[in-house]
Amino acid sequence: MDQNYIPISNGQLVLASSLILINMGLSFGLRLGLEKSLGIATVRLVVQLLLVGYILDWVFALDNPWLVLLVALIMSAIAGHASVSRTRRRFPSIYWHSLLSILASSALVTGLLVQGVIRIDPWYDPQYVIPLLGMVLGNTLTGTSLALDRFMEDVVRLRSQIESLLALGATRWEAAGTTIKEAIRTGMIPTINSMMVVGLVSLPGMMTGQILGGVNPTDAVRYQIVIFFTIAAGTALACMGIVMLAFRVLFSADHQLRLDRLEKCDR
Amino acid sequence: MPLPTLAAIQLGRNIEGQWIWQHLDFELQPGERLAIVGPSGVGKSLLLRSIAGLDPIQAGKLMFEGKPVSTLSKPRYRAQVIYLHQRPALLEGTVEFNLRQVYRLSLHRQKAYNREQILQYLAPLDRDGDFLQRSVENLSGGEAQIVVCLRALQLAPQVLLLDEPTASMDEATAQQIEGLVAQWLQADPKRACVWTSHNTSQIERVTDRQFILNREP
Repeated sequence: MDQNYIPISNGQLVLASSLILINMGLSFGLRLGLEKSLGIATVRLVVQLLLVGYILDWVFALDNPWLVLLVALIMSAIAGHASVSRTRRRFPSIYWHSLLSILASSALVTGLLVQGVIRIDPWYDPQYVIPLLGMVLGNTLTGTSLALDRFMEDVVRLRSQIESLLALGATRWEAAGTTIKEAIRTGMIPTINSMMVVGLVSLPGMMTGQILGGVNPTDAVRYQIVIFFTIAAGTALACMGIVMLAFRVLFSADHQLRLDRLEKCDR
Repeated sequence: MPLPTLAAIQLGRNIEGQWIWQHLDFELQPGERLAIVGPSGVGKSLLLRSIAGLDPIQAGKLMFEGKPVSTLSKPRYRAQVIYLHQRPALLEGTVEFNLRQVYRLSLHRQKAYNREQILQYLAPLDRDGDFLQRSVENLSGGEAQIVVCLRALQLAPQVLLLDEPTASMDEATAQQIEGLVAQWLQADPKRACVWTSHNTSQIERVTDRQFILNREP
């Protein structure tokens, strides 16, 4: 590989990590009590990322489709779990539903992107599949977690309105309609917002990374545009998926609102 | 003898392994006004909710006009056997908007909102068209319950399940609600209702028969 960028040595890494001393000093001086969290976060950041770097090096070197799929599955599972862990309520099958909607939507849009648009060869080329999937997952995770949380909070908050409608002969779909729409909307807002200000307020990480790696800015933005559309589609599908699955749990086929299936969790 | 409007056969409700009530048998005949009485916390609301099919039952079965409720379409059944919540829930907007909103449900779409009928119901309560234009935000608890009641009555149900509809209401407003229900009952001799209330004199006024719900031993 021709190197158009300056690699960072271990010494430089240590040098950069001393920047965290600013946070430490501030926390200490203002008694924010964040020293411990900052310490843990710093160690986790370094260990997790170095580890991921080595694993990816290894996956790229082995060039095995099964291994790529396995890594993709593990990434999706972690995203599915993380999405639920940010919500305030749970129902029994919530983790499976979250995994299913995130995995299905991300796999679909990433598949379309790498096969239909970028046309990579071989089809599993980890250099493309893994970072692209990672970006899609990171965004769908935020979307689904917001949508799911909003949906569960709303059915609890609007319980009497929903049940009044059911009692007058509404179907479960009619009774939950507004709540479903609100939840999906909530999940999609961050993506739409970031599409609005991209380039003006923020330079997306992927584009920045490509530019640092020596790619022409004009080429880098093309990648960024493509990935943005993919993220938007993936988030929309995942939000719809998770809200529909949660709807089927919380509203029974008998058109009953089953809040007894919902449990509040203390975080 | 005509078919009972509602019949409960060995009905049981279990929440997290605990029977709230079980082996309940009772019938509601056409034209009857039944009271469900018992100490608070005995599950009167749960019973009304279960009759309306808003909660699942864990034992026994419920029959509506001779047919098992489990085989009926729930929305269709609920439009015939309407449960009125203790705490009224209305949508933001005017009284009339709330009444009209019901006709947007697919089940009632072929029917039309009938303002005349509503005004007829309101006349004995000394209220007119102005009441329909009021915003629900400015209604008192009792007035909101009147709206909720009208919203149900306009659909001409066979049965009303009234879950403490006049709780924490002054006597005059409570009697207006009672009056509305009486008007609806009068229009068809087959209509029947079930009440729960903490007010014993009200129960004596508005019902003919009492079904006593006892705490599970």
